[in-house]
Amino acid sequence: MEVSVTINGDSHTHDVEPRTLLVHYIRDVVGLTGTNIGCDTSSCGACTIHVNGESVKSCTMLAVQADGQDLLTIEGLADGDVLHPMQESFRQCHALQCGYCTPGMVMAAVSLLDENPDPSEREVRIGLEGNLCRCTGYHNIVKAVLHCAEASS
Amino acid sequence: MIPAAFDYIRAGSAEEALAALAEHGDEAKLLAGGHSLLPLMKLRLSTPAVLVDIGRLDDLSYINDAGDHLAIGALTRHRDVETSELVQSQAGLLAEATSHVGDPQVRHRGTIGGSIAHGDPASDLPSVMLAMRATLVARGPGGERQISVDDFFTGFLETSLGDDELLTEIRVPKMPDATWGFQKFNRRAQDWAIVGVSAIVANGNAGVGLVNMDSTPVRAAGVEAALVGGAPAADAAEAAAEGTNPPSDLNAGPEYREHLARVLTRRALEAAGR
Ligand SMILES: Cc1cc2nc3c(=O)[nH]c(=O)nc-3n(C[C@H](O)[C@H](O)[C@H](O)COP(=O)(O)OP(=O)(O)OC[C@H]3O[C@@H](n4cnc5c(N)ncnc54)[C@H](O)[C@@H]3O)c2cc1C
Ligand code: FES
Ligand code: FES
Repeated sequence: MEVSVTINGDSHTHDVEPRTLLVHYIRDVVGLTGTNIGCDTSSCGACTIHVNGESVKSCTMLAVQADGQDLLTIEGLADGDVLHPMQESFRQCHALQCGYCTPGMVMAAVSLLDENPDPSEREVRIGLEGNLCRCTGYHNIVKAVLHCAEASS
Repeated sequence: MIPAAFDYIRAGSAEEALAALAEHGDEAKLLAGGHSLLPLMKLRLSTPAVLVDIGRLDDLSYINDAGDHLAIGALTRHRDVETSELVQSQAGLLAEATSHVGDPQVRHRGTIGGSIAHGDPASDLPSVMLAMRATLVARGPGGERQISVDDFFTGFLETSLGDDELLTEIRVPKMPDATWGFQKFNRRAQDWAIVGVSAIVANGNAGVGLVNMDSTPVRAAGVEAALVGGAPAADAAEAAAEGTNPPSDLNAGPEYREHLARVLTRRALEAAGR
């Protein structure tokens, strides 16, 4: 079945099997491998991307469901060499260790601040409950999100 | 994990969805937000031959003030219910419970209709439907019918919806002056409830729905009767597990669940000011 999507501003059209998961489409067909697969059971959030501006776990969506939609992955966040403020905050606050959860964390965090630009620490923790960091670096991740919110306000 | 192969039909209207269901019968499954169905399909616990995608039926995504009740389209996403001022002011219990469903990513995709039609006793929203005495509206080949929530949940992941029917609307009584409490007990962030309780009190009437206390979502009828009889929260809550048959799993056995039901019901009622 033909699927046409916009990813990070570029149009893509491919013929895919209906059972193709969106994350596999993005990684294996389009070749954007920044989006990770962690659990593959909808729990860890490593595969988080934006669909029409909102965070979504791309392992729990079919590519055919994304047909015609506007997608943003971690590769589309920076403006050339200039990091997105959230990426910059993660860097400054040491919010990554092995980095595996980071693309999903950053995408979830950007969506969180879109919906709630000035969150409390508790709201950040709850807002990121769909993302697991197996290095357990939550403390600095929360700091980075709060830092980014402050820097943007 | 990749689901088994299926044929995919994208419905452009409710009529097209119904036609596809009529043609393919029990071979077909509706796909709304996919956040219950796709995980099952990835584990191959569900292997429908045909998926009928109703995710684009925007005309079934709405929250309307319909006089004495709110009319909520089945395809309305959790996020839209949770943030709706109308739901917050007229059915605060529903807004609150919805904000505890999964995580933000799940709430961006999952729908209220999918949550209810799935008939999962571990889901949060069926308990709200029971407590608020909602009416479910289904459309099938013979037209539309209304189903009382008390007749809706018929077995584990089974409802009174026919294979050829579509849940179209959820009708929740407007209860702006009601007091309510929602309690969800889990051990980790994002988890499903080990046990949950929705309680609402208004004009001497009470509604109490339980999460994960039986093979279907169930009403705590004993608690409701005690409350109507004037019992204080702590006494009424003692009846919370009466008549239930709680499941046993990694998290809890039946006895512990019965204990949780009593404690959480008391807390929910206290939050509701009883
Ligand atoms: C990680 C994760 C955590 C979650 N945590 C929770 C939680 O804590 N609490 C909770 O309550 N839920 C939780 N959920 C489930 C979530 O709420 C789902 O969104 C919801 O259960 C199903 O809605 P859906 O729109 O995704 O339905 P789908 O998955 O698309 O469909 C579910 C079932 O309902 C049927 N169906 C869907 N729409 C209709 C309709 N209009 N008419 C007739 N049949 C229909 C489908 O055929 C299917 O059988 C979680 C899900 C995930 C992935
Ligand atoms: S890989 Fe999608 S949630 Fe873990
Ligand atoms: S930095 Fe290693 S998983 Fe989060």
